[in-house]
Amino acid sequence: MKLPIFLDNHSTTPMDPQVLEAMLPYFVEKFGNAASRNHAFGWAAEEAVDQARKQIAKLIKADSKEIVFTSGATESDNLALKGVVEMYKEKGTHIITSSTEHRAVLDTAKSLEAKGLATVTYLPVDKYGMVNPQDVEKAITEKTILISVMLANNEIGTINPIAEIGKIAKAKGVLFHCDATQGVGKIPVDVQAMGIDLMSFSAHKIYGPKGVGALYVRKRNPRVRIVAQMDGGGHERGMRSGTLPVPLIVGFGKACELCEQEMTTETARLSKMRDRLQTDIMAALEESYLNGHPTNRLPGNLNISFAYVEGESLLMGMKDIALSSGSACTSATLEPSYVLRALGVGTELAHSSIRFGLGRFNTDEEIDYTIKKVIEIVTKLREMSPLYEMAKEGVDLKSVQWAAH
Amino acid sequence: MAYSNKVVDHFNNPRNMGSFKKDEEGVGTGMVGAPECGDVMKLQIKVQNDTIVDAKFKTFGCGSAIASSSLATEWLKGKTIEEAQKIKNTDIVQELNLPPVKIHCSVLAEDAIKAALADYQKKSDTQPVDIK
Repeated sequence: MKLPIFLDNHSTTPMDPQVLEAMLPYFVEKFGNAASRNHAFGWAAEEAVDQARKQIAKLIKADSKEIVFTSGATESDNLALKGVVEMYKEKGTHIITSSTEHRAVLDTAKSLEAKGLATVTYLPVDKYGMVNPQDVEKAITEKTILISVMLANNEIGTINPIAEIGKIAKAKGVLFHCDATQGVGKIPVDVQAMGIDLMSFSAHKIYGPKGVGALYVRKRNPRVRIVAQMDGGGHERGMRSGTLPVPLIVGFGKACELCEQEMTTETARLSKMRDRLQTDIMAALEESYLNGHPTNRLPGNLNISFAYVEGESLLMGMKDIALSSGSACTSATLEPSYVLRALGVGTELAHSSIRFGLGRFNTDEEIDYTIKKVIEIVTKLREMSPLYEMAKEGVDLKSVQWAAH
Repeated sequence: MAYSNKVVDHFNNPRNMGSFKKDEEGVGTGMVGAPECGDVMKLQIKVQNDTIVDAKFKTFGCGSAIASSSLATEWLKGKTIEEAQKIKNTDIVQELNLPPVKIHCSVLAEDAIKAALADYQKKSDTQPVDIK
């Protein structure tokens, strides 16, 4: 087993060697511009892009003409929200989204609000992090033009009832955008069955290269139109100008193809490892709490709060395992995870959370090692924690007058 | 964020981690911070003849908070009450090479020292004085 272990597969994933292999000819040998219509170099590039478009569309049950390439999911989210708001401003200006969306959606929504281009409703989530479709329905007004709800959450892995929301959107004649960055390639996605009109996703979360993503834009029932947010050569049917990064797109296509082939076996393997990680850690450590939905979540996701120990110190104690924490100390802000706060997790437990993200290349041996390390470091830090000591003495920590700082 | 070697060392080998009984003679206890803010420090001193003969800490917080309080106990030992009053958070920042976002950890450690000293003084003021 090689150290450090990578257990942060929600942040990014290592590229599959088969993806790299597919990409390599398109750097030096087949370097053409896919928009060059008059020579063999351009044709080879265009053919490769067409092939990738098909592979990507197949994974999400779309038509290949409905795939618009972008630089990644953040750009896709921006393009979807800003592009729809600008296109449909005569029809309305109201957007509905949820409080646990990725910052790429939330900050885009806030930016539209700040510019006076839209009003936004941020729906709450239940204690598992799920959006209630009835809340969506109730929030719709005559002015509503767009609903944007994520498929699966990046911190807690909870999967939203997308098909139900899609049905409501369709019935009310409102467009439905889904940020599916964490879900595509991991769980089955069907833009038809789910009633999705626009969908953001990216390659680097599914063992593809960084720097490329896509926005699915529905062509029929209804035909969705968006205003391009960048001016230029009118690539991607006028929705996103800029020369296509052919090698990245080829890699994206290959990554989607592999995900489709591997999904069933990979889901079974990851769920089993994740469940073992969860069961063994939580059985050994009292007052450890699962964040997110117990069953309805991504197969590789596990998010646990360990009472009385702080997240960053946990990560520091497990230096040879790459993990992420919802603690404020790991980030530039001083507030802990807004996602955990939205579920109603107390601030102190939000500070104590660790996110495990399992992926294609993790092994049972790595999970064994992680279980051992987590138990060891949590036990050590609790010995060091005045809060644990007080709790053991029977002090109710909530009754203590803390000097907030 | 990369930690300085000194922070890592204090984190891996905390000095004087533990507790004294709060009501033990000569013990002053300072508890500062709040769980919601992500750090709580408990710092204790044991005083004999106006000198700090021992110090202990327990900390809930990030690596820098743990290192700051661990360092504080090291520095407190052997100091008189008056000398201990002079320990500044900036000294801790310098010694541990803390980045700007972690300065609040050193502030908390200074507060903990001050709180422990104040607790000791309050306790010794109310204790009966031996008449020789």
